[in-house]
This record gives sequence, structure tokens and C-alpha cells, in this order.
Amino acid sequence: MAVSLIRRLIQAIFVILAMTVIVFVGVNVIGNPVDILINPDANQAERLRVIAHYGLDQPLWKQYMLFLQGLVHGDFGNSFVYGRPALSLILERLPATLELAISALLIAIVIGLPLGLYAGLYPNRISSRLIMSGSILGFSLPTFWVGLMLIMVFAVELRWLPTNGRGATAEFLGAQWSFLTRNGLSHLLLPAFNLALFKTSLILRLTRAGVQEVLPQDYIKFARAKGLSERRIVFVHVLKNLMIPLVTIIGLEFGSLIAFSVVTESIFAWPGMGKLIIDSINLLDRPVIVAYLMMMVILFVGLNFIIDVCYTLLDPRVRLDAKA
Amino acid sequence: MSALLEVRNLVTEFGKGLGLLAVNGVSFTLDRGKVLGLVGESGSGKSVTGFSIMRLLDKPGRIASGQILFDGVDLATTSEGEMRRLRGKRIAMVFQDPMMTLNPVLTVGTQLIEAVLAHEAVPKEVARQRARDALGLVGIPSPEERLSAYPHEFSGGMRQRVAIAIALLHRPDLIIADEPTTALDVTIQSQIISEFQRLTEQSKTAVIWITHDLAIVSRLADEIAVMYAGRLVETGSVAHVLGTPRHPYTRGLIMSVPSQNRRGEPLRQIPGITPAINRLPPGCSFRARCDRATEGCSAMPELSWEGARAYRCFHPVEGPTHER
Ligand SMILES: Nc1ncnc2c1ncn2[C@@H]1O[C@H](COP(=O)(O)OP(=O)(O)OP(=O)(O)O)[C@@H](O)[C@H]1O
Ligand code: SF4
Ligand SMILES: [Mg+2]
Repeated sequence: MAVSLIRRLIQAIFVILAMTVIVFVGVNVIGNPVDILINPDANQAERLRVIAHYGLDQPLWKQYMLFLQGLVHGDFGNSFVYGRPALSLILERLPATLELAISALLIAIVIGLPLGLYAGLYPNRISSRLIMSGSILGFSLPTFWVGLMLIMVFAVELRWLPTNGRGATAEFLGAQWSFLTRNGLSHLLLPAFNLALFKTSLILRLTRAGVQEVLPQDYIKFARAKGLSERRIVFVHVLKNLMIPLVTIIGLEFGSLIAFSVVTESIFAWPGMGKLIIDSINLLDRPVIVAYLMMMVILFVGLNFIIDVCYTLLDPRVRLDAKA
Repeated sequence: MSALLEVRNLVTEFGKGLGLLAVNGVSFTLDRGKVLGLVGESGSGKSVTGFSIMRLLDKPGRIASGQILFDGVDLATTSEGEMRRLRGKRIAMVFQDPMMTLNPVLTVGTQLIEAVLAHEAVPKEVARQRARDALGLVGIPSPEERLSAYPHEFSGGMRQRVAIAIALLHRPDLIIADEPTTALDVTIQSQIISEFQRLTEQSKTAVIWITHDLAIVSRLADEIAVMYAGRLVETGSVAHVLGTPRHPYTRGLIMSVPSQNRRGEPLRQIPGITPAINRLPPGCSFRARCDRATEGCSAMPELSWEGARAYRCFHPVEGPTHER
């Protein structure tokens, strides 16, 4: 097991390295950074000073080495807009995005899993058909549209929930969190629900498909032949088999929740990383963009690694393979 | 004393009103501690008969009519709760494919212990002890360690022993063994049959042994029931039915088995195949393949009783087989 973990770790590092090359090429080779960095009105001396300052007069490989060196030290340079280190800007926004993504994921699991189980266990009931039709809506309605509708209904018409920003926050583990205060929680609800909608449908359909795949198996019939209660069959025999695909999808989708919270954050003016990156792209704030891209790469690779580890814990057959 | 199990005119259909009668008017009785061999070609309805008794039919299968009197209770109509109390406790089942009958993500110990706990409110430690003893009883070496192993760490034969251990846990009155050795290689087959025989004799358990292997039946069974296209075509004691078969189909089955006293003679296969249950010709279902068929066989023959044996044929075979 240790051997296979180390092997996967090395693979992960290679993936990250490959991504650094892509990001580097994307930002430094395609398109001329000089044009972005320098005011067109600047004189020649000014131009040269800036070029030297950013090391753009160096050969490409050397620039890449500098880029890697910066990466290792978490140094992506200062934001052009805020004049502060890009990484710390992003990390400041991380808790906001993190709590939005985690809340959305929790909502998706808490709603999607039981409904999926129900629809899988009783596929012919009308309620199951309704659930499945509902999940198609969850898939096909665009996030921004649903977000706007939520604002219309719950904020504008009913005036139940606020829609702007994070509300009051409280400190925990050295960061500010909305979910710890009542006011913050009410701010969190709508955007989290908006972000959760698509994932809820996904988890629901995956769970249902899994139940329908597991139920006809002989081992379920045998479990019944032992006289086990229906509850034990569903929550132990069926659910434990579902955990493998579910953990995979939940892990991967968590990454995409963070990466694609952009839309929701923009609609609800949620001050997270998604909003920051959209602003940075508009303002061509290169260090922030690069730092964000690399964060995402590391996040996805890290999640994949964690999923792999979970696999070995969940699926006994994988464990044996690793031993061999 | 009345019989342990009395099946009367059991009809099991797949698809309501479509005439897909997988089991069509089957009747037999089984006394305590006796072994019934249920034989017939593939698709003749043996498994469906077994699953009807367990009330574990796959959808859309259902018992359309008939009675299954088990110790005075009609299993065809009793409540699901009552069935759950009987399953595993008084009626157990062993399936054909040991690779599929154990849940791959639960340890063998878990699957044994839950079977104990399903019917007895004992402390977990006691259940574990029972589980370990049960594994020892079916000849699994170092049972304590094997409790924490997963099914894939066992060979097919060992898995079938585990399944048998689970079936025997509560010393049931009846075990339905659906071709439990067909998926195993010959030497293991023989071991498992002997073990099974020894254990069921010890616990005075009656057995319905489903198979298409007449050699196994002649070794194990007291009674035999031959099925063809969902109907019982011949039944009686093993000595009678195998010694002097009356139904041409039974005779055909016997002739197709290699045997000592017919050495040198070519094996005679029954020509043709079992007709699909939704395409049965009117009259005797065996007519198309029968060398004794006459015009009269276009009506359905009833079971004719001859003392304790019965057959469903207008022109029964006379005298012992090997002289013909
Ligand atoms: N789930 C099902 N849906 C529809 N028809 C079924 C189903 N299960 C069984 N049948 C029908 O019942 C008939 C009898 O099947 P059964 O499994 O009892 O045969 P068998 O005698 O056990 O054969 P085998 O030796 O191959 O196990 C089959 O021919 C099939 O048409
Ligand atoms: S009834 Fe007729 S066709 Fe059917 S088995 Fe007997 S002889 Fe053959
Ligand atoms: Mg079968």
C-alpha cells in the first residue's frame, strides 16, 4: 500500500510539473507579457526597466526556472491592482469560496443521496418519477438563471433572505467564516443552494443508478435469504457498494465547485476567489491569474490523490492489488 | 406427523397474464431431515421453484396461485415480516455461484455476524464466537483470522463453504441448495457435497437439492422430482424413479449420464431443446422430443399416481432402463 501511495504521489508531482509548463507557456509565450505590463505611453528607458524587473530579458528556460522557483516559495509576484502578493490575496478569499463550496456539497449530498436511494429502491412510484424529472431540471437550468430567480423570489418578492456579500462573519482557525453567525448563514443560504443545484441532480442520478445496479446482484438476494432487515440491506449492503463511485464523484465535483463557483459568486456578490479571478481577468492582473491557475491545479491533483487513498480504504479489492 | 414442506399446485408467473408460467402447478412434499433432488434441464423452473419457497422472486415474478405449507404456515400468502423471520432462521438457501453470493465490500465476519444477529439478540462478542465456530465447522482453517478477510481473499470452494456456514448457522429445518457445486471443480465438488451431507444429517435439516446432475441426486437424495418446462413430470423415491423411470424424459436424462453398467454404449442425448415457456405447444410439453408420442399426446396428461410415485405421461415406459 505504501509503495502504491508513493507511486501515486510521484505521478501527482509530474502532473503538477506538466501543468506549470502549460500555464507558463500560456501566460509568457502566447501573447507578449510586455504589452500587458507596460503602459503604451512609457518611454524606452521605462520599458527596459520594467522588462529587466520582471526578468523578461532572460532566455525562456531561465524565466521558467524563476517561475518554478517562485512557485516553490509561493511567490507569484505582487498583484498589479492591489500591489500585494498575489498568493496571499487569493488565500484571503479562500475561506469564502471554501465555505460556499462545502455548503453546496453538503446540500447536494443531504438532498441528492436520500432522494436517489428512494428513487432507486422504488423506481415505479410516481414520487420517484417526479424526483427524476426534477433532477433533469436541475441539470438543464443554467446556474445564473436559477441564481437570478432565487434572488427574485426569496430576496425581492418574499424578502426572506439577503443576497449581497457574506454578511457578518466570525473568526475560526484564523479565518473569517459566515456560517458561524446567524446573519452570515442567511447570506450563505441562497448562493450555496444555487451552487448545489446541479450537483444535487448529479449525486441523485448517480445514487439511483448505483442502487439499480446493486439491487439485482446475487449478494443482495443472499442477504435477504439470511433474513436481514430491509434497513440493513439498504444502508449497509447497498450503500457500502455505492460509496466507491460516490466518493469519486464527490471528490471531483468538490474541485469543480471551487473552480466554477465564479458564476454564483458574481451573481451574489460573494467575495470569494471566483469573484477575484473574474476581476483579475478583466484587469489583466497576471500574477493573480497565474497564482489562481496553479492553486487550482494543485487542488485538483490533491483531490485526486485523496480520492485514491479513499478508494484503498473503501474497496478491499483495490487494497489487494496494491499489495501484489 | 405431517410433512415439513408441502407444495400444492404452485404457479409462479413472470409478467401478469402473459402466460409466462415459469412454474406451472408443481406439487411435492418433503419430510423432516429428508433430501429432495429437484432435477431438470436448464430453464425448466427449478430455481424459480426454490425462490418461490423463499419468496425471493425477481420482479416481475410472483406466485400466482397454489400453497406452500411450511410447518403449517402458507408461505405463499404469509406476511413479509413473517417471511423475514423464517428466512435464514428456519429456511436457508445456498446459491449456485459462490463468487457472487458474498458482498464484496464486507468482511466475511461481518456477513456471518449479521446473520446471527438477524435472528438472535445476543451480544456482538457471542455472535462473533458463533461465526467463528461456524467457519470452523465447514472446514475453513484458522477461522479467527479469516473472519476479518474479504470474500475476494477466498477461493470459490472456500466461499461456498462460507455460504454453507451462513445457511447452517441457525440449524434451519430446510435448506434450498440451488446447484451449489456446479461452479466448482470436480474434486472440490465432491468434498463440499460430503461436508454438506454430514452437516445437514447432524442438524436433521431437510434439503431441496437443485441440480441437473443425476449422479449427485443418486448419491444424496431420498426423493426426486423431475421438472420439464415448468411442470413436474415425474416424482417418487430415488430408487424407483432412477431405477425404473416411467416418463420418457426421465429415461432420456438417465440415458444421457455416463454409467458403469452401460460402458461401451454410446451416450444417448435427448434430441431437441427445452421449449421456451412462452412458446409451449398445446398438450404434453415433451411431445416434440418424445419417441413415444402419439396423437393422444396433444392433450395435457395429468399426474398418474402409482403408490408413492407419480408421472405425467400417457404412454409410460415399462421395466428397468438398461434393458431398453
Ligand atoms: N427474472 C425473470 N424474468 C423473466 N423470466 C424469468 C426470470 N427468471 C426466470 N424466468 C423464466 O423462468 C424459467 C425458469 O427459470 P429457472 O431459473 O427456474 O430455470 P432453472 O431450471 O433453474 O434452470 P438452470 O438450470 O439454468 O438454473 C426460465 O425459462 C425463464 O424464462
Ligand atoms: S404424454 Fe406422450 S408425448 Fe408426453 S411424454 Fe408421454 S408419450 Fe411422450
Ligand atoms: Mg437455476
